[in-house]
Amino acid sequence: MARIVGVDLPKNKRGEIGLTYIFGIGRSTARNILKKAGIEYNIKVKDWTDDQITLIRKIINENIKVEGELRSQVQLNIKRLMDIGCYRGVRHRIGLPVRGQSTKNNARTRKGRKKTVANKKKATK
Amino acid sequence: MSRSVKKGPFIDFKLEKRILEMNKTNKKSVTKTWSRRSEISPDFVGHTIAVHNGNKFIPVYITENMVGHKLGEFAPTRIFRGHGGKQR
Repeated sequence: MARIVGVDLPKNKRGEIGLTYIFGIGRSTARNILKKAGIEYNIKVKDWTDDQITLIRKIINENIKVEGELRSQVQLNIKRLMDIGCYRGVRHRIGLPVRGQSTKNNARTRKGRKKTVANKKKATK
Repeated sequence: MSRSVKKGPFIDFKLEKRILEMNKTNKKSVTKTWSRRSEISPDFVGHTIAVHNGNKFIPVYITENMVGHKLGEFAPTRIFRGHGGKQR
């Protein structure tokens, strides 16, 4: 079992894919890491030797921001936008799409689940 | 698409001139501007700029964090007063 920066990697996946289970590493970063470490992309995670794992760990520690550190950086960026009171910050504050998407329909990822507004009661005669 | 770095930031010529003038004479006064498209350059820090929002001028105090944003981002053009709710 390979444990890198606090994440258990799935052992039955190819190295290239396995590394993407770490927050902050996608396909291309994973490939770069493996290339640097001199490991084939196609070798499964369980077949890595201990030396290779240490090497990968070293490369990640030295070169890229991952997991907690990256998450906090993202949060800080958002906080900066909110603090300076710019348009993007305001959109973050009220939980609406930030990049100019339409909000007439959809936009449910940002708005959360549908809040149904009760129908107006019919006037009884 | 983002703007080419080669061109440098866009700042309205008149506005820039005025701010630089104020920096030279160390004066601080509110500058009215319609130029929402101008980017905030480091020279602007500490000034208050009244940015037009289509209706009136919104005073914006420029801090260091705002450098690199456009003036218009700080003067919203729409007001949202909430949906429906209780009838008055």
